[in-house]
Amino acid sequence: MITKEVVENVAWLARIKLSEEEKEKFARQLSEILEYFNVISKVDTSSVEPTFHVLELHNVFRDDEERESLPQEVALKSARESEDGFVKAPKIL
Amino acid sequence: MHLNRLTCHELVEMIKAQTVTAEEVVEHVFRRIDEVESKINAFISTFKEDALEKAREIDRKIRRGESVGLLAGIPVAVKDNICTRGKLTTCGSKMLSNYIPPYSATVVEKIEAAGGIIIGKTNMDEFAMGNSTETSFFGCTRNPWDLTRVPGGSSGGSAAALTSDETVLALGSDTGGSIRCPASFCSVVGLKPTYGLVSRYGLVAYANSLEQIGPMAKDVLDCAMLLTAIAGHDPRDSTSAPRSPYDYTSAINGDIKNVKVGVPREFFAAGLDERVEKSVLSAVSILEDLGATCGETSISYLEYVVPTYYLIAMSEASSNLARFDGLRYGFTAKCDGDWNEVFSATRSEGFGEEVKRRILLGTFALSAGYYDKYYLKALKVRTLIKREFEKALAKFDVLVAPTMPILPFKIGEIIEDPLTMYMMDIDTVPVNLAGVPSISVPCGFVDGLPVGLQVIGGFFGEEKILKVAYAFQEHTKFNLKKPEI
Repeated sequence: MITKEVVENVAWLARIKLSEEEKEKFARQLSEILEYFNVISKVDTSSVEPTFHVLELHNVFRDDEERESLPQEVALKSARESEDGFVKAPKIL
Repeated sequence: MHLNRLTCHELVEMIKAQTVTAEEVVEHVFRRIDEVESKINAFISTFKEDALEKAREIDRKIRRGESVGLLAGIPVAVKDNICTRGKLTTCGSKMLSNYIPPYSATVVEKIEAAGGIIIGKTNMDEFAMGNSTETSFFGCTRNPWDLTRVPGGSSGGSAAALTSDETVLALGSDTGGSIRCPASFCSVVGLKPTYGLVSRYGLVAYANSLEQIGPMAKDVLDCAMLLTAIAGHDPRDSTSAPRSPYDYTSAINGDIKNVKVGVPREFFAAGLDERVEKSVLSAVSILEDLGATCGETSISYLEYVVPTYYLIAMSEASSNLARFDGLRYGFTAKCDGDWNEVFSATRSEGFGEEVKRRILLGTFALSAGYYDKYYLKALKVRTLIKREFEKALAKFDVLVAPTMPILPFKIGEIIEDPLTMYMMDIDTVPVNLAGVPSISVPCGFVDGLPVGLQVIGGFFGEEKILKVAYAFQEHTKFNLKKPEI
């Protein structure tokens, strides 16, 4: 059961501000969805490894060679605000 | 002649033989876009002037006798979650409604290197989260077969643009069926490649362990041509498989005598529309008539694939979409607060409802106390599902199943009921969990609405599924039927 308080907590973790209406709607919907998702608890997976990835690729390395990269002014072009070659963020503390 | 109605393989021959110019082809496509786009809404943006300029360049090369590529002069529509340098790439979201990427996806570079011409960016469910194209910030795309119905999704714009002859080829992306579902609903061909066959560099990530970019086309041969152009190893994508370039059109033509076709009974269980079932079973008997050996088989755990898929996809989404902070690129809310306030307000206004729902559920599934119960559990069930496909595909060359269990539904009919929307993905998501390739090919009509047949192959078995789909198409010709718009 997902309560409004659980939705509030998860929304804070995900940094999404929700309206009161949204909190109530999501609490109802997420409860219904999770109840259905709970069927997977019936599957016996006691001796099964998880599959994070389907391909058996490990440690993909490349040579450490200098290559062309995006010029700083191009990388900053889409930023909300920039200053002295940095993205400017709102105050954190 | 309406050149926009022709296929890529027909047009490339004509362009190279100089019986038509690439410029004419592009002009015809844009004439059609002007004619029907107000009804279909397949595109988020189009690039007429650039496309015409590139077409003239191809024509000049041909006149000078220079070599041109596999897709010389062919218009290609690109799903709007695939980056195009200097051109708006929105993911169907307000969050990226102003985003102009400073680089192109590898697949876009490859298409351009092969002479293909990017004509525009197609509409999609927001961040590819949906199967109807209704969650797009830019409004729903309409199904050309019935304008009151959805085109499927999330690559609904690409599929509808093909059906309505607003393009010749298209790219989609498929995380849980987003190429195959709209291909089925719009009666076009769409292929989800083996995970790792096509580079994901420049694809805006939703659920990165599941998704692949893939070709969409008006027939199977065109689909193979586009796959040939985009497949192959890319050092910029660390999950890209180390494989050499391959011509997927080379063996498409052979007969399918003695090809072993498995029919997994679970895909024909409750929830499948009887009319869809009838079409798909008649497709199976056509494959038998063509010499294939069809036999019943089983994919256990099918009743668990929807929760397994959604738990993994939502978890990955909650992580992947954390990058949208409104600072480095994309939409920013008007807000004077501190970091957390600006961040939260931006995501509140920038994301639509379905995206929020998935991020919230994914965040929950990954949070302390629930990680083992939901996320890790889903990854373990995924292992079991993958094994089921490996077992079945050890006995059979390909598996066939319905692409979608239902016919295209009405716009607005299901959108308020997320769980019902998720359940409709039961036949497509297991393929992404297993990582294997699958193609949807038109297999008939019910009351004027299209039905799709899904042909699933083993790892890197694209050649086999293309061959079976091609033999089926050449015998049935459902691909030639066009809607009145």
